[in-house]
Amino acid sequence: MRYEVKLRLTYSYEAPSDHARNLLRVLPADIAGVQSVQARLLTCDPMPDERRDLLDFFGNAMTSVVWHEPLAEIGVELVARVDRRASQPGLDLSSPLHELPLEIAQRRGLAPDAPHHFLGQSRRAAPMAETTAFARDQLRAGMTAHEAIEAVGRALHREMRFDAEATDVDTPASEAFANRHGVCQDFSHIMIACLRGIGVPAAYVSGFLRTYPPPGQPRLEGADAMHAWVRAWAGAETGWIEFDPTNDQFAGDDYITVGYGRDYDDVPPLRGAMRGAGGHQSAQAVDVIALD
Amino acid sequence: MQNPASPFEQHPLLAGYRPVPGVADELFEAEGVMRPVWRPFVERFLDLPPEDVTQRFERGDQYLRDAGVYYRQYSNDVLAEREWPLSHIPVILHEAEWAGICDGLAQRAELLEAVMADLYGSGRLVSEGHLPPELIAGNRHWLRPMVGVRPRGGHYLHFLAFEIGRSPDGSWFVLGDRTQAPSGAGFALENRMATGRIFPESFPRDYIHRLAAFFGDFRSALEDLATGGGAPRGRSAILTPGPANDSYYEHTYIARYLGLSLLEGEDLLVQNGRAMVRTIEGPQPLGALWRRMDAGFVDPLELDPDSHIGTPGLMEAVRAGNLAMVNALGAGVLETRALMAFLPKISEILTGAPLALPNIATWWCGGAAERAHVREHAGQMMIGPAMAVNLPFDIDAATALGGELRGGARIPIADWLEAEGATLVGQEAVTLSTTPVWHADGQGGSLRPSPMTVRVFAARTAQGWRFMKGGYARIGPEGDATALAMQRGGAVADVWIVSDTPVPPLSLAPRAEGGFRRTIPGTLPARAADNLFWLGRYVERCEDAVRLIRAYHLRLAATGSPDDPRLARLAEFLAGLGIDVTQPVPDALLARLDAARLCASKVRDRFSTDGWLALRDLARTAHEMTATARPGDDTARAMGVLLRKITGFSGLVHENMYRFSGWRFLSIGRALERADALATLLMQFTEETAPEGSLDLAVEVADSVITHQRRYRVQTNRDTVLDLLVLDADNPRAILFLINSLKDLLEKLPEAQIAGRPGEILRALMPLRTELSIIEPDAVTPDMLGRVRADLFHLSDLITQRYLR
Repeated sequence: MRYEVKLRLTYSYEAPSDHARNLLRVLPADIAGVQSVQARLLTCDPMPDERRDLLDFFGNAMTSVVWHEPLAEIGVELVARVDRRASQPGLDLSSPLHELPLEIAQRRGLAPDAPHHFLGQSRRAAPMAETTAFARDQLRAGMTAHEAIEAVGRALHREMRFDAEATDVDTPASEAFANRHGVCQDFSHIMIACLRGIGVPAAYVSGFLRTYPPPGQPRLEGADAMHAWVRAWAGAETGWIEFDPTNDQFAGDDYITVGYGRDYDDVPPLRGAMRGAGGHQSAQAVDVIALD
Repeated sequence: MQNPASPFEQHPLLAGYRPVPGVADELFEAEGVMRPVWRPFVERFLDLPPEDVTQRFERGDQYLRDAGVYYRQYSNDVLAEREWPLSHIPVILHEAEWAGICDGLAQRAELLEAVMADLYGSGRLVSEGHLPPELIAGNRHWLRPMVGVRPRGGHYLHFLAFEIGRSPDGSWFVLGDRTQAPSGAGFALENRMATGRIFPESFPRDYIHRLAAFFGDFRSALEDLATGGGAPRGRSAILTPGPANDSYYEHTYIARYLGLSLLEGEDLLVQNGRAMVRTIEGPQPLGALWRRMDAGFVDPLELDPDSHIGTPGLMEAVRAGNLAMVNALGAGVLETRALMAFLPKISEILTGAPLALPNIATWWCGGAAERAHVREHAGQMMIGPAMAVNLPFDIDAATALGGELRGGARIPIADWLEAEGATLVGQEAVTLSTTPVWHADGQGGSLRPSPMTVRVFAARTAQGWRFMKGGYARIGPEGDATALAMQRGGAVADVWIVSDTPVPPLSLAPRAEGGFRRTIPGTLPARAADNLFWLGRYVERCEDAVRLIRAYHLRLAATGSPDDPRLARLAEFLAGLGIDVTQPVPDALLARLDAARLCASKVRDRFSTDGWLALRDLARTAHEMTATARPGDDTARAMGVLLRKITGFSGLVHENMYRFSGWRFLSIGRALERADALATLLMQFTEETAPEGSLDLAVEVADSVITHQRRYRVQTNRDTVLDLLVLDADNPRAILFLINSLKDLLEKLPEAQIAGRPGEILRALMPLRTELSIIEPDAVTPDMLGRVRADLFHLSDLITQRYLR
């Protein structure tokens, strides 16, 4: 499926300040066999004094932009054409859940996609007693890792209510889980915490979702902004699979990946620093149009 | 008990010296056999009359107080300090033994460098199975943005510290490596200054190795790092988390000692991949930073996003190879406790040689065999978090000792190990050697043994690792020689590395390529300028408040009634300044004093210790007075005391401070504040409706009573007062005089004039100056004074915009 992706971010600052520096992570990724980017154009307004493109540890594209002069508003615009392959719903050949620890232990290196990075604690997604207990309740004896991941994701979708107003970008996962509501970021962090709690390596995926569903299908939640879902490791044979707990489905060809991280903090669309600035306001607009 | 010891070993001062059985002692190598290295010192010490010992120790303590050495515990109150706990008897080691220790540690330093290069490079140690991946992947000190980054200059580690202790068999071992931002080197210097006061005689003095050579070598290495590598020249500086940090004093001290700028995160910015210092002359390049800040805080964009003390983009300057960090970002991972379990084997793999100096025996409980070993020997183990980076004796409730959880046993150790093994590490509950500590009593005192560890400092130089010939000893409480006791330890001691023959004094010969250099003081960072500017303003604001409060209480004493109209007017005026006269020492005054002290604390490296102490004394005195001062005469006198202390501070600053930009900003702050306070005062007290006596009060508060009598020989009237306090170019307490001073000061600031023409700031000052130079007193109306205040406010704003941010 080919898409045109449009993103516009605007940040306006109460007190204009000198030397604004931002790190953007919004460019769709090239992923062999899954996603290819045919064109992408990122523009900033006003034009930054410095701009540098680089890859972070996990291989995500980062764009560093710097303005030397005081400014009151920053606009970022992305236009990209992306081809996303439909994933074939194959057979579940994943490892039994109880064999996962051994398979993880056999993986020695620290390459960016090694499961070791995605276990245990990270700043925004640490396993908690409640999430681990919740995840355990979804397990049945003899489950494969794939089944366990799906069971946890679907259970969360049943348990949690999507509410765009209830949380913000800084709401801790524990709070969102206690109240059983939130947006894609909260759903994903909670699912990650659940999976890590039962020993399944889990990562955060930042990306886009097609805005208008195919005829006769409902519009997906989170399509009007950047989206997030979960990537989990189902053993050496199967590797990583992706599930979207907000929409209760595996991430198929409606999904366009920007980057992977341990949690949101590894892949925020924009991380900025303005010296001496007061508060700021931000707005985000996304359009993902299917081209065929 | 009788033993065949020499007479002085039965000396009463040593009678109570009973080393703990089964542990090594620094003073006695065996029962009754004193180590030769201590003998000459101890013989002389025991000969000292008791009162002499007391006096000597007092001299050392006095030095530390005078130097302003203090220790802070991390707290929200940035002004909380406690006295420096020096144990006056040094730890004495022979240079030959020291050389052996340093050889072992040099090997360890190279090993740590190799481990660092691997963890941020090829990752062979993990991929080949020599290190468990979870110890690195789950380690918050392993910084992913540093993976693949080549450090400027080619090395990751430049300044290290090692905490070492002595085993019962007399050999040394390493308790911990300090690689993140090792502290203590500055304290070692201060301890040495103090023991130099206590034992000033040529013996022992001439036989002790000096510390200066080490710092000289490190300073040169830092400079090479900053300017070398073919990259554009930059300077080196120290990066501190700021006054709230527990070793901030040390940062200021060592910055002064090495002649380096002490910078905070907001002093820096990154432009075009280069780290720059914001100075009053604009951004200046920086080549190397000795960071005293944990790496995670350094850059909120790529490292810890919650850091408020970092500099956005610094990681970019590091990645571009334009900025060397001492030590490289991410070096904290080497402090991970569990790493100790693997280092002995890694040493063989990476260097082909076993560790020359062992480290504390450690078992990572993620392995089944290790877990079983720890379980079986839990009685002789400290069991704690594998990822902890603090020293083995800095343990908390999550640590088990001797088979019991310190936080109250919740689950059996065996279950705990089974459930959370991979997050736990067992370390041998080692014992430490003991060293003599003086215990004073009524008549004198005695020497008794206490456990100790020594911190050893190493710096990478062009000639390899250099070690400080000396160190920083931590002393635990008497009696308990387990390493654990150190966490309750309260004292520190100097470490003397002694020679059998006098040590030649440090050669003063210049460095080969150097020769005499008249260095230009580095450009003043904008934040330091800002703090000095505000220090000037706050000190003046204090003085103004003190004079007004004194005037009030003098009149209260004379009239006896706060209802007197002049008093009521003055009270109202003071209330307008936020000062409540019903409090003899008003909270608002204390707040101003604390504000001054806070500004000063941020620039302690930039003015004299005496100035700092005077300010501290001033604030302390004022706080003490709150308990005693009574309204009226008593408070008036108390304010007199404060006034003299303020003038004392001003005198120190103005007599002793080098006339460089820092002094100028301090003086500009004072002049602006004083002119503003005068204008405010005169608006009120020369106004037509002002009660009788107001003019005299204005002259008194402006400290110009005698001048007025001399100049005018008449009673005060509106014209004489305004002439003297506004239009006089020779009265240091007249607005025109202050404006003229401001002009002189501002003219010397960078780019004050462009192509011979005054810049924006000077131009803003000129109309005011001209007007005050030509008008007569009758033109000085409250409205006109109001305009003066507005002009001064505008001027302050322009200065801030141009130089202070």
